[in-house]
Amino acid sequence: MNKMMDITLWQLISAYIFMVLLLVIVRWRRIPREKEIVIATFRMTIQLVLVGYVLVFIFENENWIYSILVLMLMEIFAVYNIYRRTKMPLTKNLKKIIAIAMIVGTLFSFLYFDFIVVQFSPWYDPRYFIPIAGMLIGNSMTGITLGVSALLEGFRSRKKEIEAALMLGATPSKASKRMVNNAFDSAILPTINNMVGMGIVFLPGMMTGVILSGASPLDAIKYQIAIMLGITGSVSLSVIIFLYFGFKTFFNKRAQLEL
Amino acid sequence: MFMLNNVVFRDILHIDKLEIPDRKVICLFGESGSGKSTLLKMLNGLLTHDHGEILFQNQSILEYNPIELRRKVVMLGQDPIMFEGTVRDNLLIGLDFSERERVEDAKLLNLLKELELSKSLDDEADKLSGGEKQRVAFARILLMDAVIYLLDEPTSALDEGTEHKVMDFMIHRVQQDQLTAIFVTHSKEVAEQYADQIIYMEDINKKEVISS
Repeated sequence: MNKMMDITLWQLISAYIFMVLLLVIVRWRRIPREKEIVIATFRMTIQLVLVGYVLVFIFENENWIYSILVLMLMEIFAVYNIYRRTKMPLTKNLKKIIAIAMIVGTLFSFLYFDFIVVQFSPWYDPRYFIPIAGMLIGNSMTGITLGVSALLEGFRSRKKEIEAALMLGATPSKASKRMVNNAFDSAILPTINNMVGMGIVFLPGMMTGVILSGASPLDAIKYQIAIMLGITGSVSLSVIIFLYFGFKTFFNKRAQLEL
Repeated sequence: MFMLNNVVFRDILHIDKLEIPDRKVICLFGESGSGKSTLLKMLNGLLTHDHGEILFQNQSILEYNPIELRRKVVMLGQDPIMFEGTVRDNLLIGLDFSERERVEDAKLLNLLKELELSKSLDDEADKLSGGEKQRVAFARILLMDAVIYLLDEPTSALDEGTEHKVMDFMIHRVQQDQLTAIFVTHSKEVAEQYADQIIYMEDINKKEVISS
């Protein structure tokens, strides 16, 4: 297999010229998104350059402390991002549960992956540790974000239905079962669709990366299958933890709906 | 059955003293915003009073497990809520919620007939008219064999003829099984015709009526 082709500075500049072309079209069509495209391009460039240097440093100075530190940063960023991306106000309790579900769900899945499935050697090998943790955390973050929105929306729009069930002597768990199940569906659906379309509709990022780096596509799919299962497990586990404890925050000790 | 002493709920309700007797049909009568629904919800444990005490069978309502309380003191809300599924699902869901045993189709059909509802048990509940939904919701709680029924305007969406038949049926059930029913109505005629006792909200609620 060939080693990955290097992109020269000029080739990279030509990619930016492609963006300039896009900007010309946007301006010509008077689509008011020029600023956003320019800012996003800048941000992406700066973020990736910085991450590049950080990763070079971490890869060259393999140390479990750095790997753990990166993992913690990713978790914090993910939790913060869920808070920010949820359009509706979140209670303190719900925020706490989001953080716990996110951290417990992804960490459990990741450790299983690290020590049992792939068996990184050493266990903190940053070349595996960081990208795989990133994929599990990123996907779980999206899952929980969708789950949180669907749960809040469900409780809001079906408040009367939940109250009617409580009036009849339902436990909070029974009264909100439908909303909880709907939230699980919304959270997990993108991951399921992703699995179904995999390899046919698109080549997933990780597999593309492994292929680009010169490995055989057959080796690449083994990783992809493993990571896809890991992602599904991690998303499901964190969403289940979130929903199991999350719905309870809508009720008080007297099993009354607090909205 | 219920005793209320100096009960306050936000700025909606302030009741000095109220006794609701056992095995009677009681009507709560008053304008909108006079606190009728709030009072029912407090008796059902769906709302908790801020001050005072509410006794149910001589024990503070707060000492009951709220879920167990609601299974004895079942409430039918103002809006007839239909859950996902068929008429049968909607009739049985009260039994499921309160962990009681399900009943045979024959009993369900019989109840629908008594309530003048000629619908198949397999019909989608969502497609029923307002009046039909109200009767399904009513039938649902009658199946539950509760001790007390709290009914918030149970016949508001029915025409006069059906309203009387439904009320007759309810009164018959309450008397036959020696139950207690507390219902809310806007109709003075219904109140006077069916209630053993009428409680006028303006007499018991010391808070100003908030017009809604």
